[in-house]
Amino acid sequence: MKFLTEYRDEELAQKYLKKIHDITTQEWNIMEVCGGQTHGLVKNGIIEMLPDQVTMIHGPGCHVCVTPIHLIDKAIYLAEEKGVILCSFGDMLRVTCSERSLLDAKAGGADIRILYSPLEAVSVAQANPDKEVVFFAVGFETTAPANALSVIHAHQLNVKNYSILTSHVLVPPAMEAVINDEESNISGFLAAGHVCTIMGISEYGPIVDKYKIPIVVTGFEPVDLLHGIYMVVSQLERGVHELENQYSRVVRSEGNVKAIETIKEVFEVQDRVWRGMGSISESGYEVKSNYKEFDANEKFDVDIIAAEENADCIAGQVLKGIKKPVDCPQFGKKCKPEFPLGAPMVSSEGACAAYYHFHQASQMIESIA
Amino acid sequence: MTLSCPMPKLDFDKITLAHGGGGTLTNQLLEKGVFKLLENDLLDTHHDGAVFNIDGPIAFTTDSFVISPIFFPGGDIGELAINGTVNDLAMCGAKPVYLSLAFILEEGLLMTEFWEILLSIQKASEAAGVKIVTGDTKVVEHGKGDKIYINTTGVGSILPSADINLQRVEPGDAIIVSNQIAAHGISIMSIREGLEFESDILSDTRPLHKPVQDIIEKYGSDIHLLKDPTRGGMASVLNEIARDSKYGIYLDEKKIPIDGQVKGACEILGLDPLYVANEGVFMGIVKAESADAIVSSLQDDPSCAHAAVIGHVVEEHPTQVVIRSGIGGKRIVNMLVGQQLPRIC
Repeated sequence: MKFLTEYRDEELAQKYLKKIHDITTQEWNIMEVCGGQTHGLVKNGIIEMLPDQVTMIHGPGCHVCVTPIHLIDKAIYLAEEKGVILCSFGDMLRVTCSERSLLDAKAGGADIRILYSPLEAVSVAQANPDKEVVFFAVGFETTAPANALSVIHAHQLNVKNYSILTSHVLVPPAMEAVINDEESNISGFLAAGHVCTIMGISEYGPIVDKYKIPIVVTGFEPVDLLHGIYMVVSQLERGVHELENQYSRVVRSEGNVKAIETIKEVFEVQDRVWRGMGSISESGYEVKSNYKEFDANEKFDVDIIAAEENADCIAGQVLKGIKKPVDCPQFGKKCKPEFPLGAPMVSSEGACAAYYHFHQASQMIESIA
Repeated sequence: MTLSCPMPKLDFDKITLAHGGGGTLTNQLLEKGVFKLLENDLLDTHHDGAVFNIDGPIAFTTDSFVISPIFFPGGDIGELAINGTVNDLAMCGAKPVYLSLAFILEEGLLMTEFWEILLSIQKASEAAGVKIVTGDTKVVEHGKGDKIYINTTGVGSILPSADINLQRVEPGDAIIVSNQIAAHGISIMSIREGLEFESDILSDTRPLHKPVQDIIEKYGSDIHLLKDPTRGGMASVLNEIARDSKYGIYLDEKKIPIDGQVKGACEILGLDPLYVANEGVFMGIVKAESADAIVSSLQDDPSCAHAAVIGHVVEEHPTQVVIRSGIGGKRIVNMLVGQQLPRIC
């Protein structure tokens, strides 16, 4: 596949790996922000190939992991009690909230459908005019344009029975929250390539300057990841801090202008609660008031009591990079992908699940068991 | 529907509860439909069961088919129901001989659709050289089924030179795969509501008894174990073998054959092809010294054109499947957890 196989080339990957080994002289903690990057690192076995001094810290960029429990409770409530057709991206279905997951609700008879595109949900609404259709609009800046477009689309088609339940989160405020956490110790960032494809890179310059920390916008293939890590380590070893773009074949400085316009048409920035990280100011999107008839929060009066996280789960510390999944006493014991205590064990992009599935930690579990 | 075998003139165009009631409509459905298409000496007796002799050891297996949609690119539920059981028998080292065929039909199923499925069953059973010798038809109320469910049970006669057994798996054995993986699961995904995407990807459903019989006859006891990686894909089958044999399995990602379009669809949907279902691929654990010859012999069969050695059984990391990634790293391949769900980014 063009533009993929080239970035999975063993020779090139080994070349960057050697360069990283050659230049590394001291310990560095590098956070890959996006769950897709975490997935790529573990799937390709990159973490064990890096020098011992380079530690990858897995960031909060997994939408499944940071969507608050009460919103999932709300989605289940809408599907079960209000009789709506709830449409969702596939990977949200397994997240267990206060009691159950969307998959459990589906098994119990709720009409919950896995879709690939939110525009499909508008078609579902058109095909079921006697039912309310709600799309569970989760994700980072990457999914925001398509979710916004579904609202514009429904508005243009005069589809009255469609709305979205938003849980949109933004990457730059989360990066600042991680840097500002007293316990975290991040030397540099791999910024999320897909998010920057949409938003451009201008939001990251001020973070580089303010915190004097290198940020390299990085892609997802093994050669991208190794190249990005090399660029961060190179800056750190030279004692500089700059914003660089490793993923320039996809990411333009200004981002995708059309997509940004679409987001701005439908959404506005507001404070948001992140699962495991708490409230972060100006870190999410909500539907603007002029589209409020498409906002499920406005349309359905649901008062869900804020649910509590499982006390044994250290997801918050994992998401901020303070602890590794294997540091959790419940990892692989009470908490497994079949029975996740916290969200990072659910999606394959979640740090805990990624470790569980791919990492040598699995062997540790075997030897302990 | 083929022109050579048009649907007979019937008094109904839809399946109703009466078709499962045992009366005249049941008889019309069987006489003009099932019995006519699948006729053979044993079925023609219309007895409560089939009576037959088979010499020597036999393999015995059963499988139920509940696929939705019932027609998919490259096949349908009827063809799948025959091939699935034929292949399970083949994996035991058996020549498939007799099959049973049981339908659970949903009230309202169009007779044209049922006829098309029956024609597929006829064609697939002829291709596999098996006789359908007994069966059953039940009808459930509308809304209590998903158009049609099929169960097939099969018996096969173990090939004289076959010696297939998990106990025979040993370190050093080579792991072979008979063709490109993941086509079936992706073809189904491509037409599921909400995930539709345009592609030319066809299900790989096909009978595997012939290539299996060929290699068993040529290489006999060098073939230690055979498995068809259907649900849960290759990763799940290999994890079962590692767990049950107590040995480790080491794979080379670069050697696993996969079609470019299928790979692309997996990338887009965020699915790992190792976990995607196959219906026309088998895996073999074979004596290392014969592996290349077995693969090259398989490649002569068009349905196994991409056969390859993809890994080995090892003493290290017992019960674990480890894969060498395309760039030389290593990772654990676990059993599939729950259902594979598409990722969004």
